[in-house]
Amino acid sequence: MKVLLSLIKKEFYHIIRDKRSLLILVGMPIVQVVLFGFAISNEIHEAPIAVVAPNKSQKVLRLLERIEVSSYFHIVRFLESGGQLDEVFKEGEIKLVLLIDKDFSRDLGQRKTAKLQVIADATDPNTATTLTGYIEAITNRFAREGFSPLPVGKQMPPLIDINVKMQYNPSLRSVFLFVPGIITVILLLISAMMISITLAREKEKGNMEILLVSPLNPVVIVLGKVLPYVILALVNGWSILLLGVWLFGVPIRGDLVLIFGEMLLFVLTALSLGLFISTKVQTQQAALMISLIGLMLPTIILSGFIFPIESMPLPLQFISHLIPAKWFLIILRAIMLKGATLHYVVKETIILGIICLVLLGLAVKNFKTRLE
Amino acid sequence: MQKTFVRIENLTKRYGEVEALRDISLDIKQGELFGIIGPDGAGKTTLMRILVTLILPDSGEAAINGREVVKDWKYLRKHIGYMPGTFSLYEDLTIEENLHFFATIFGTTKEENYDLIKEIYEHIEPFKDRKAGQLSGGMKQKLALSCALIHRPDFLVLDEPTTGIDAVSRVELWEMLGKLKDEGLTILVSTPYMDEAELCDRVAFLQDGVITEVNAPDTIKKEFDQPLYAMNSKDNYELLMGLRKMDMVRSAFLFGENIHVVTNHSYGEEELQKAVLEEAGIRANIRPIHAGIEDCFMSRMMD
Repeated sequence: MKVLLSLIKKEFYHIIRDKRSLLILVGMPIVQVVLFGFAISNEIHEAPIAVVAPNKSQKVLRLLERIEVSSYFHIVRFLESGGQLDEVFKEGEIKLVLLIDKDFSRDLGQRKTAKLQVIADATDPNTATTLTGYIEAITNRFAREGFSPLPVGKQMPPLIDINVKMQYNPSLRSVFLFVPGIITVILLLISAMMISITLAREKEKGNMEILLVSPLNPVVIVLGKVLPYVILALVNGWSILLLGVWLFGVPIRGDLVLIFGEMLLFVLTALSLGLFISTKVQTQQAALMISLIGLMLPTIILSGFIFPIESMPLPLQFISHLIPAKWFLIILRAIMLKGATLHYVVKETIILGIICLVLLGLAVKNFKTRLE
Repeated sequence: MQKTFVRIENLTKRYGEVEALRDISLDIKQGELFGIIGPDGAGKTTLMRILVTLILPDSGEAAINGREVVKDWKYLRKHIGYMPGTFSLYEDLTIEENLHFFATIFGTTKEENYDLIKEIYEHIEPFKDRKAGQLSGGMKQKLALSCALIHRPDFLVLDEPTTGIDAVSRVELWEMLGKLKDEGLTILVSTPYMDEAELCDRVAFLQDGVITEVNAPDTIKKEFDQPLYAMNSKDNYELLMGLRKMDMVRSAFLFGENIHVVTNHSYGEEELQKAVLEEAGIRANIRPIHAGIEDCFMSRMMD
């Protein structure tokens, strides 16, 4: 026990004194949350728009008022005609132009199809899709409210090609989905990459030569390596979770204890993976390369973090089953966003548990009590 | 006759095509300071790693104090002190942290065995809060030696402890080994420096995985039976080149100020001087000398 504590203490010295790994450990979660949270955020606030309304009737003004108070849009200009469109977009400020037919009020009153055209600057298709979606929602509600079921026409001119495919990209939906994803990636990175590098470093620097000659049980050596990173990974996981809650209002609808338990299971799986890698490599560089290329990319791409697994070709879908991050992501999203209890994620938990045991078994089997 | 402490029998180790050790047999007596001398790549590290249970031999046996290195590795790891050839302590830990760490993993404390390391540790204690990575080569070795001794081993194995450190530190380190020997420790030390052989009780000369000679340094020197001369001239390099072309010269090596020359027969000084003047065109000072340990090893390497 005393030996184990001494090993853990030593490991924390390494982490604290190595500026590089400290930066990765502390900086990465923050950078990732901010990057994914803000940069890929599709939340729209006060987007500047312009309006062409030849006939500013009461109904038109009420619709515009509704749009203005929505907080998504801010009407900055009224244009004389649609002819100015090109010019306005080229200036770059206006993201969307709303063209209201001069007979809009009359048609609406006569329960005919009222015409409304929405033209968005689709040089940024993500924003364009989101903006048109919001406008559509607002006008539909407006039409429904005052005038019972009334269709409001809306069409896109052919010169704007809104990328329809992007609409199915989950990144357009919400930052909520990203927080579980970031937690998954960070936990995997810290656990698998750091532990494989730190063990490879001991080999590379020759420290392992002395550790092995000592009467230390290999299990104790491994535990002394693993425990510090379990603690770090969990602390990091929870910091991201809290950042997500505070910065983006991500809901945690499920049980915190359950999240903790699942996180621990995933961290152990990732650490076993890292241990397994470290038994196969001799240098830090090799450990880093294998962790980065062999783990990071498949995790980001095949776990369902960014791209939905359902739309992948079958062989890739099959590979994704072997990726622990995929199962953890399903579990975490279900618990956090849907408030699922253990009952609902028991299948995924069991699969993750099996992967964990297999990897741990391989790692222990391959951990050598000698140099070769 | 002291009792045999380390027994090595027909040890062979192969790395792919390369035979690192070929059928090595060796006995080390209890309380002996035993040296393994050999050039780089001779197999010194491989032999030591087998003895400290870090690698397995392909065939043959080795036992330390009656315990087999393959079978009883768990027992042996508690009772062996090992200092690898490369500095293997934690460079980002301070001197004191390193020592405490290694004391703890060997199940002891710094205080418990402080008497054994006191003299060595006192050299570096003033710098105990300095990180190991920032120490000089000599200080690193003293720290590594302290850590290797902290659990009071019966058998101390040092792989090239004097490689890469300054002359003063080398002398100090050998003095320390001498004192540890007086404490009753059996010590196995390897070195590529032949002059250090004279500081050992007995030495084994290892070359290309084969032990070519095992003996006390004095015996080795006495057994040297070839005519040996020290020569010098105004331009030693020119003389060396000239000598190596001569038929009567078996070998010629530069040893500091002089060139040590082994000839095929015994010659008189004047006879030799005349031959050098005639064949190489150089006037050289010549005197016969007794072989040092280096002469013995150089001549062995030529065979």
